[in-house]
Amino acid sequence: MGKTLADKIWETHVVRTAAGEPDLLYIDLHLVHEVTSPQAFDGLRLAGRRVRRPDLTLATEDHNTPTENILAPIADPVSKLQVDTLRANAAEFGVPIHSLGTADQGVVHIIGPELGLTQPGMTIVCGDSHTATHGAFGAIAFGIGTSEVEHVLATQTLAQARGKRMAVNVRGDLAPGVTPKDLILALIAQVGTGGGQGYIAEYRGEAIEKMSMEGRMTICNMSIEWGAKAGLIAPDETTYAYLQGRPNAPEGDEWDAALAYWKTLYSDADASFDAEVDLDASALTPFVTWGTNPGQGLPLSANVPVPNEIADAVDRAAAEKAIEYMGLTPGMALRDIKVDTVFLGSCTNGRIEDLRAAASVLKGRKVADGVRMLVVPGSARVRVRAMSEGLDKVFTEAGADWREAGCSMCLAMNPDKLAPGERSASTSNRNFEGRQGKGGRTHLVSPEVAAATAVRGTLSSPADL
Amino acid sequence: MDKFTTHTGIGVPLRPSNVDTDQIIPAVYLKRVTRSGFEDGLFAAWRTDPDFVLNQPAYASGSVLVAGPDFGTGSSREHAVWALQNYGFKVVVGSRFADIFRGNSGKAGLLIAQVDQDVVEELWRYLEDAPGSTIAVDLTDRTVTAGANSYPFTIDDYTAHRLLNGLDDIGITLSHADAISAYEATRPSFKPTTLPVRVAS
Ligand code: SF4
Repeated sequence: MGKTLADKIWETHVVRTAAGEPDLLYIDLHLVHEVTSPQAFDGLRLAGRRVRRPDLTLATEDHNTPTENILAPIADPVSKLQVDTLRANAAEFGVPIHSLGTADQGVVHIIGPELGLTQPGMTIVCGDSHTATHGAFGAIAFGIGTSEVEHVLATQTLAQARGKRMAVNVRGDLAPGVTPKDLILALIAQVGTGGGQGYIAEYRGEAIEKMSMEGRMTICNMSIEWGAKAGLIAPDETTYAYLQGRPNAPEGDEWDAALAYWKTLYSDADASFDAEVDLDASALTPFVTWGTNPGQGLPLSANVPVPNEIADAVDRAAAEKAIEYMGLTPGMALRDIKVDTVFLGSCTNGRIEDLRAAASVLKGRKVADGVRMLVVPGSARVRVRAMSEGLDKVFTEAGADWREAGCSMCLAMNPDKLAPGERSASTSNRNFEGRQGKGGRTHLVSPEVAAATAVRGTLSSPADL
Repeated sequence: MDKFTTHTGIGVPLRPSNVDTDQIIPAVYLKRVTRSGFEDGLFAAWRTDPDFVLNQPAYASGSVLVAGPDFGTGSSREHAVWALQNYGFKVVVGSRFADIFRGNSGKAGLLIAQVDQDVVEELWRYLEDAPGSTIAVDLTDRTVTAGANSYPFTIDDYTAHRLLNGLDDIGITLSHADAISAYEATRPSFKPTTLPVRVAS
């Protein structure tokens, strides 16, 4: 019987197995940021331990950092303390760090791939639940808690129970104007926020094979939003082409050896999965969320649900509560929902292709009166690249704010937040109550929909312009 | 984690029951980035009272807390354990403990010695009659000794084993360090490293 892609990666990383105990898994890359690491480093210090492999560890400043005046001292004392602490810990333990204002600073899940550190067949962890982003390269990548961060720092391993196997079979290809974000939002709406619990999911099929690496990252990024432990995609020519020449990609003979290994990373034809989900990509249209979890989404052409018409009592109650929080009227057209803010950024959609897509919609147009649009590149490198292509001009000429790299309004730990009652169209990944600021209301959208929404002031797709 | 076999230190009688983790350390102290330095938040509300037991010089450097029943209830904050440890406590003796607090203590290396409530009462009297007296705690034979009297205490075998051997979860994994090193020796050389730092040409 054949093996799945996840089986192959898992099995080559088991350091130790013992009956009745979880596998001890070797971690190839540990990404660290300022919010979930301080107590872990402190734990090492108290126990007199070192970081076992600083050379397999990378720190960046992203979650809590300002996106304006980044070289000035951070105004918020809590943020400043967390960033200063990370810097001190990195220095003390010899961990490389990309600090604010340096060339490779950025959102942790954007810089790993960008540097070529994220490669097929690896195990990657980070104290952040969107670590599955790296699964786009055919890696097993997942988020961990602070105690586990300390465990990985000290041992470069993690005791882990193996996830079950799931295949997400995507038939057909996306129609023009329909994006990877629409695909993953539609999948989450189909399977629910708990649909992937306990599984490592492999996305495969025509639409996935034809997708760019950046699109694949958008898909894998949101694996956690339907409950999957990790999501991954088999590496192929698109993957190799993306990696070749990146700063940390192998070179020469090492490249050849790596490539030979990467080419063994696919699910065997006779491998079996514990569960399979099917999705028809060709039938999809732009997709947005109306509620307060990522599974509460519908095609943009649809109307806000009418709770009375929902048969399932739990779903009905959830819809009622969400509609009330969101300040919507049951049955109203999604296209009639007016927004105050548009956020383009995050590890879901803060890469160069996302910025290009939004800029192509905004070019020669203006952000609607009364709407603010924040454009936050996912990394300093994405920012520089975008500026070299003149995208910053497109955004600023349209009336949008062009910012420095970071998580920003994805989780609103820094000054970029919604005011109570404010509504956003956001390219990020979570529309939970208060996620983008206390009392804020979030609609998750693709970069294209974000841009069109900024122009019209109501949830819109480029076709509406 | 340090090995725990025996500890002798000044006993502190803490009479209230149901001391929850909010009383052990209030939420306002949780914003820290450290796992150390929480001693200033320990029993913060009570420490403003001059009569509070830790404000009495004889008890101020105590390291064995003799607590009332249902100690450590409420929120799951591990900071409660850290605060006790940061202050200098090594052992909490009592008759009943909240499960999560007990679990957190075991992970962090704070010994929870469970005795009958009448033993707690005897220990309180002993410590209050002669403030500053010490209590000896022996994990090997699971006894608490105050003066001439020794009392048995209970603890689950797995936690005792980990404490006696100084094994936290990381310690347990590090006991397999040979396996980790052996694995590392087999890792292909093409796997990326973050050091030395490389920048794009
Ligand atoms: S952009 Fe958002 S989801 Fe991504 S790492 Fe930052 S806070 Fe987490």
